[in-house]
This record gives sequence, C-alpha cells and structure tokens, in this order.
Amino acid sequence: MKNLILIVTLLLSANVFANSDGAHLEPAQTNIRSKESLQNGAKYFMNYCSGCHSLQYQRYNRMAKDLGLTKDEVKENLIFTDAKFPEHMTNTMDNAQVEEKEWFHKAFPKDLTLIAKARGVDWLYNYLKSFYKDSSRPIGWNNTIFTGASMPNVLWELQGIQEAKFEEHEDEHGIVTHTFKGFKKVTEGTMSEEEFDNTVRDIVNFLDYTAEPAQLIRMGMAPWVLFFLVIFTMLAYLLKKNYFKDIH
Amino acid sequence: MGLRKTNEKGILGWFDQRLPVMDMWNDHMAKYYAPSNFNFWYFFGSLALLVLVNQLLTGVWLTMHYKPDAAQAFGLVEYIMRDVPWGWLIRYLHTTGASAFFIVVYLHMFRGLMYGSYKKPRELIWTFGMIIYVALMAEAFMGYVLPWGNMSFWGAKVITQLFGTIPWIGDVLLEGIRGDYNISDATLNRFFALHVVAVPIVLLILVFLHIAALHSVGSNNPDGIEIKDYKDENGIPKDGIPFHPYYSVKDIFGIGMFLIIFLGIVFLKPDMGGLFLEHDNFNIANPGSTPEHIKPVWYFTPFFAILKVVPNPFGGMIVMFSAIIALFLLPWVDRSEVKSIRYRLLPFKLALTAFVTSFVVLGYLGMVSWGPGEKLLAQALTGVYFLYFVFLFVYTKNEKHKPIPERLTH
Repeated sequence: MKNLILIVTLLLSANVFANSDGAHLEPAQTNIRSKESLQNGAKYFMNYCSGCHSLQYQRYNRMAKDLGLTKDEVKENLIFTDAKFPEHMTNTMDNAQVEEKEWFHKAFPKDLTLIAKARGVDWLYNYLKSFYKDSSRPIGWNNTIFTGASMPNVLWELQGIQEAKFEEHEDEHGIVTHTFKGFKKVTEGTMSEEEFDNTVRDIVNFLDYTAEPAQLIRMGMAPWVLFFLVIFTMLAYLLKKNYFKDIH
Repeated sequence: MGLRKTNEKGILGWFDQRLPVMDMWNDHMAKYYAPSNFNFWYFFGSLALLVLVNQLLTGVWLTMHYKPDAAQAFGLVEYIMRDVPWGWLIRYLHTTGASAFFIVVYLHMFRGLMYGSYKKPRELIWTFGMIIYVALMAEAFMGYVLPWGNMSFWGAKVITQLFGTIPWIGDVLLEGIRGDYNISDATLNRFFALHVVAVPIVLLILVFLHIAALHSVGSNNPDGIEIKDYKDENGIPKDGIPFHPYYSVKDIFGIGMFLIIFLGIVFLKPDMGGLFLEHDNFNIANPGSTPEHIKPVWYFTPFFAILKVVPNPFGGMIVMFSAIIALFLLPWVDRSEVKSIRYRLLPFKLALTAFVTSFVVLGYLGMVSWGPGEKLLAQALTGVYFLYFVFLFVYTKNEKHKPIPERLTH
C-alpha cells in the first residue's frame, strides 16, 4: 500500500516535470472556458501573429463554432486573405519568401497550432512579455525567456519598449555571468501594464485552444461521465456485497 | 451421429453438441473455484484484460484513420484529434490505455511478489506473464514511434542505437531494426506492422497461455496456501468459491473504480502534465533538432536509469536486460517453502520494500537530468535492485517464518 501511495504521488506531481529548464515562470492563469478571452485572443493572434505564423491544423469554421462566432464575423474580422471558411489557417508568408528575401535572417516562423502543448502556457505567457531592446542582436530584440530568439517584439506598440537590466558576476575562474534583474520601460505602449498582461493572456489562451480544440468537449463531458461512473460503481459495490454476504 | 451428449436444449444445446461450450464455461467460470479471500490486489489481472481489450478496439479504430507515412503521420494524428468524429476520445483512450496497462501490470506483478504467486506450482504462469511484460514493452516502444513526434524520433534513435553497440553483429542488427541508416519512413512502416499485427498476436497467444496455466493449477491467494489441499466430498475446495458469479460480480466493482480514475484522466488531464503525452512529442520529428532532454515514457524510466548508470552503452544494455532477466528467474531464486508475505518475517518485508522503492525511485531518476547526486543515488539503487535477488536466494535457503495456517484466514 505504501508503494501504491508513492506511485500515485509521483503521478500526481507530474507537473514538476513540465518545465525542465527550471526558469521561474509567472503562471499564465488562462481560462479556456472564457469565450470572451478566446475571442479576444483570436483577434490579437490574427492581427499580430498570423502574418508570419500559421495554424496548419486549425480550421476557421471550427474556431468559429467553438468560439461562438458567426461565419460573417470571422470572414469580416479575422480572415485577411482569400482563405475559405472551412480551410486551415495557413495563409501566411511562405518559407520560400523568407528564404529568398532573407527575412529574419532566414529564421522560419514556426507553425503555432500545437505550441501551447509543446511549450506550456506559462512559458508562452512569459515569453511574449519578456522581449527587450538589444542592439547587439541582428533584429534589435532579445528575450530573457528565450535568449537569442529570432522573433522581433511584434507587440511593442501595445507594450512599449523595455530594456533589461543585468547584474554582472565574475567567479574565481574569471568567468562572467549575467543575472537578469528586471525590465525598465523606455517608451510607453498604448496599453497599461494590466491591459497588456490580459491581452497576452488571451493570446496564450487562444493558442491553448488551438493546441487541442477537443478539450472544450471533454471538459464539458467529464462531470457527466464521472457522475455516471460513481453511481455505477456504487451499485456494483452493493451487488458485490450482497453476493459475498454468505462467504466470510 | 457423432454429436456430443448435452443436457442443454435449444440453440445452446445445438452448439454444445458440436463444441464443448458448457464444459468451457464451467471449467473457466461457473465451476472454476477461486480462493474466497481475494483482496484489493486481485483486481489487477482482470483489469489488465480490460485494458488489453481497450487497446485492441481503440487501436483498430485509430488504424482506420492513420497511415504509417513519415510525411503524413504527425498531421494524421492531429486530423484524428480534430476532424474524425470522436477521434480525440479514441486516441486518448489508447494513449492513456498504454500508461494504464503498465500501471495495472506493475501492480499485478507486485501482488505476485508479495504473495509468492510465482512460486511452485505457478512458475509457468509467472514465466508467461514475464514474456507478456517484455512483449508489452516492445509493443509500447513501437507504438510510441507512430505519432512521429520529435520524442518518437529521438527515443527510437537512442533505443535502437543500443542494439548497434553489440559487438560483431551490432551494425547489421541496427540496420535491420531501422530498415535504414537512421530512423526513417522505413522504420515507421515496420514498427507499424509489428505494432498492429505481429506483437498483438503474440500478446493474445501469451495471455491465453497465462490464463490457461492459471486455471490449470488454480489461483494463489493472500495467504499463499493451496485451497486444493482441502476438498469436500464432491471434490470442491472447501475454501473455494465459483469464479462466476462471485468474482465476475466483484470484478465489475473493480472495473468501476478503475474507470473512475482512468476516464477521469482521459477526460480531464489526458497528457498528465507531460507524463503520458510528452511535451516534445507535440513537435514533429526532426532529425536536425535534438530535444534538450531525451527520455522514454515513464513506464520505461526505471530501466532507462539503470542503463544510464553504466558509462559504457553496451555494458549498460547488458545490465538493463539483466534487470529484466532477473525477474524471470524469481521462481527459482526464491527457495522458501512459504509464499505469502503474511507469514514471512521482517527481513523479507524490508527487502521487498527496498526492492520496490528502488524501482520507483529509479523510475523518477530516469525522468530527470542528472547531477553527481542523482548519479550516485541511481548507482546505489541499481545495486539495491540486484541485491534483492541475491538476498532472496541466500535468505530463503533456511528461511524462518510464522506458522502457516492450513485453511484461509479472512
């Protein structure tokens, strides 16, 4: 029994292994049940991200259905290309263009359909908030969560421009390390800090949705499935008890 | 007329004249006498059967929508998750089922260790069970490659690489397993064939033999004594009760408890925070991008830790396989006349606790990256793992024990 408890504890503490890099991440606190947040996330994703990043497994019509949007709403507000309503959200710049014109120093923008599963929502939330101005980088931006990221801070107008403060340490071998000591705002954005955090949270929430649209279905079904099973198991227990009453 | 004699009438009678339907039903259900004192630990055999059926059925339905094609496989899994009606449920039942299979089998094996179920006259049941376990590992390993995620690719690369370390035949063997110089479309195709056809057939035959051998010698029990030694005037064990309806009904209750946990995971947390479905496997297989931390799924990690303890890969593989072979030998390593932990003394209880703890902690260590502390711990625990068998062999030569009752206790 002791061992069983150990196994169960190990399984339940599974989140311990979720982020192997060990960096401290502020929790994203997304809410997949909030249609409002998902709609807002979709809006910002389509406006700020979808020019470069595709969602190759996500269909417009599925998004409309799951987010409570009509076909016309999606076509008027969220499709900026000639894409058809049932199609996958793949209308972005293509890699051939990136290659040919050497955009972003040929760093191909990743497809983001599953990024929330691959990276985790907390990582994404912190990543999007952690861009800073760094003139030593070819594109002028760097990121404290993902050092040397090839992506510029596409949300800079909303967030404003920030610089990162580092503290220099030199150990006994003369090796210099930099410890991140917080950001300093250089220019103000169009959003307050709280507004910006909420916007990033909504974008991340939307990406969490695209990574697994079925989660909306299964979460909705879960209470009914478990309710049925609990009743079933209770009846099975009574039946078993009745059969065994003469045995012991 | 050559027909069998039967007391049954109608359709059942027609069948019973041509096939021993009633004999089979009686031998294995209605007149199969099982000890009356089965406890919690005796649920896991029937649960393993349930999970096997779940894997077969969901597997068949997944196969209807999947193609073992390196260019399409990853996208097809997402197609199943999004566009196939109920595809997400079928897939989660299958992926969660894989982990559930190992949980259930590990608890089933632990039961055997506690109550000495591997001991005479049940050596063959244990041996078939161990072959099932090895086949299950092969099945799970190859199934994990099919979604063609990046951890599928790199996990397969690292594990197949092990066979390449075997002297003389390694290179040929490695190429034979992969069907190519690297993990590729060819590997995916042969793993698919083995995963959906060859290994399941082997598993089904082995499960049949495992149960046939069990029903021939009869089930052990928490007291570890033979109920067949005390029979009434009709030749029925005095401490036995018919499997049906007693245990068929009790197992339905066990299935209910299991499903609450199992479907709870399927519906609420199917990736178990990266434990059942790993984060890196949501990136498509990419030979040019090595995951930061390559590790197998949790059920392999105790052996993965043992593998990593030895600096030389070939040596590591030998030690890892020895850890599995040692389990095969248990019926002959344990020479004691007493089966159940209930009548064994403290040294055995401590040794078994140390053994199981070493296995669980090695499982944890197999998931995390190592510093010097973790490495030392893994080395020590690998030692504990193997010492259990040495201890058992020596200790059980003249093992003292508590008095064993003649009849079952409740």
